Amino acid sequence: MRKLDYAGAIREATTQEMERDPRVFVYGIGVPTWSSIFGTTKGLVEKFGPERCFDTPISEDAMTGFGLGAAIRGLRPIHVHIRVDFMILATNQLVNMVSNYIYSTGGRLKVPLVVRAVIGRGWGQGAQHSKSLFSNFTHIPGLKVIAPTTPSDVKGMLTAAIRDDNPVICFEHRWLYWAEEEVPEEAYEVPLGVGRILRPGRDVTVVGLSWMNVEARLAADILARRGVSVEIVDPRTLAPLDEGLILDSVRRTGRCIIADCDWVDSGFSAELSARIHEKCFGQLKAPVRRIGFAHTPCPTVRELENEFYPNARTIVHAVEDMLGLEAANLDGEDFFSHERRFRGPF
Amino acid sequence: MKDEATYRRLFRTALLIRLVEERIIALYPSDRIQSPVHLSIGQEAVAVGVCDGLRPDDLVFATYRSHGFYIAKGGRLDAMFAELYGRTDGISGGKAGSMHLTAPQVGLMGSSAVVASTIPHAVGAALSFKRRGSDRIAVTVFGDGATEEGVYHESLNFAALMEVPVLFLCEDNGLAVHSHRPVRQAYRLAEHAAAFGIGSRRLEEGWDMLAVREATLQAAAKVRAGAPFVLEIATSRYKEHVGVGEDFHFGYRTSASVDAFKRRDPLIVDAALAKALEPELEREIDAAVAFAEASPAPGRPELLTDII
Ligand SMILES: Cc1ncc(C[n+]2csc(CCOP(=O)(O)OP(=O)(O)O)c2C)c(N)n1
Ligand SMILES: [Mg+2]
Repeated sequence: MRKLDYAGAIREATTQEMERDPRVFVYGIGVPTWSSIFGTTKGLVEKFGPERCFDTPISEDAMTGFGLGAAIRGLRPIHVHIRVDFMILATNQLVNMVSNYIYSTGGRLKVPLVVRAVIGRGWGQGAQHSKSLFSNFTHIPGLKVIAPTTPSDVKGMLTAAIRDDNPVICFEHRWLYWAEEEVPEEAYEVPLGVGRILRPGRDVTVVGLSWMNVEARLAADILARRGVSVEIVDPRTLAPLDEGLILDSVRRTGRCIIADCDWVDSGFSAELSARIHEKCFGQLKAPVRRIGFAHTPCPTVRELENEFYPNARTIVHAVEDMLGLEAANLDGEDFFSHERRFRGPF
Repeated sequence: MKDEATYRRLFRTALLIRLVEERIIALYPSDRIQSPVHLSIGQEAVAVGVCDGLRPDDLVFATYRSHGFYIAKGGRLDAMFAELYGRTDGISGGKAGSMHLTAPQVGLMGSSAVVASTIPHAVGAALSFKRRGSDRIAVTVFGDGATEEGVYHESLNFAALMEVPVLFLCEDNGLAVHSHRPVRQAYRLAEHAAAFGIGSRRLEEGWDMLAVREATLQAAAKVRAGAPFVLEIATSRYKEHVGVGEDFHFGYRTSASVDAFKRRDPLIVDAALAKALEPELEREIDAAVAFAEASPAPGRPELLTDII
């Protein structure tokens, strides 16, 4: 099978769905322009024309309401934000309108709207280009929320999202755009609401969100060399959550660490942790642990970013601590991946 | 009649801004400035003319493209370079970086990388002047693209209702990243402002520092008297939206599109004066860079300060 990167997988899913269904269109600030949202919308305007792939004014709120209006009339819009931080200018439309439209019309109207938003990181993205805010959206009934980690997942889940009659918010971590793997060429769906075991293991469950699955894999490799077997569970869809998959895993291992790609306080990890404690209380060998951003705005300078973001080292130490192991000497390990690769400017 | 002393003063500051940004370009490949940078090269005359037309105690709210306003307002150059380097002696100890420059002590109150988000701040700050019976004014600087956000329209409306001393200053470079203005806007800024009873002026000669200064003086006089005003200045961004290169090879605009502006740009045309001032300004920049290089990097303790 040929390999494809994450950005290419998004582009391919969008292209195939636009070919398949003339009601699908994609729009947003910069979508048809040269930079094309890191290449994820490249070539679409050439292929489908400006009626189905277009730029917008810098008016996120109105453009979201516009998408809702188009969606309830049977079009299938995909609205793209180059940062989550800019999507939140549309919070009123998303939270007050989009999320409860189906409910308040008694199911007579559908909202087949997809909103894609990029999580930024590194090279001084700072406080306004780095947010995830998963729980702001998983908190809201009526929204589906996805955060695919792998190229094959993002292709299948975005395809499923476009075909879904409900509003779906898709979180895409900027650094995942370079991830590559074998991705089927034909269109396919990865069903929403179904999680995935990224790596089976026995001793501890690590639930990873978005980019943190990359860190979790690295941590699991390091721990495997010390004889510790880590199971990595990627929920992929945060709402509706595949709770059963996570609970089953935790019941088997008896231990759980949640590695969120977000702040910890009142974050998605708090929801997960609460559910695990509520439903696996008797089977837990240790309290659930949560890992996430430091509780500060994201600093710009690299030295502080390194302190702000958790990484594989954080996960390794959390696992060791939970299992009562001595902290290993990690001096020989390389914990920097894309910090070195990503050299800006944006 | 051109006032030579004023011209030289403005020219010197404009040249300082350009040389600072050219130094940033030179330093960038070394990775010592690990931050997105939005250069104002081509737009310096706006920052310089506006700030010179304001009083030192007037307040400015700005954007991610604000090296020019920071310098023109009188911000310390060494602390700015230290901020770009992310060092503890930077204006915000490296937490802010290029996109969020502030210098409250000289009246640069904030700069935001979320488009249009500082526009209402100036309206609120203007209210503080009105309440205190002060004749200071608040200025919000934003790009042409920012006027597409609802908050621009809402802020104009409220400023008009409150009759507060705020100057809305639009730097119209015709671009929002790679999107040209006609695909984004169906309105004209002046007519739009008029709908709120707000006076406005569009200045085409955005390369002309003295004209910008004069237009600012006139606008500021009206604002000081209590009437909000919209001043739109046509300008030209020579470099790419973000980063240190040019962007003509991207195919969305040609170098010819900035040539007409460059032919009038005093920093290019008045090469003799530029050459005469350069050595002194380069020394100033050398000292600022050396200051940044000598300043220590922050660490874990600094991460956790100044949160609340
Ligand atoms: C609310 C919001 N939406 C989108 C962006 C992405 N963005 C950054 S700069 C920019 C263009 C702004 O253009 P303009 O206001 O004309 O300022 P210029 O960059 O030309 O100085 C856009 C769309 C953003 N930073 N904030
Ligand atoms: Mg602009």
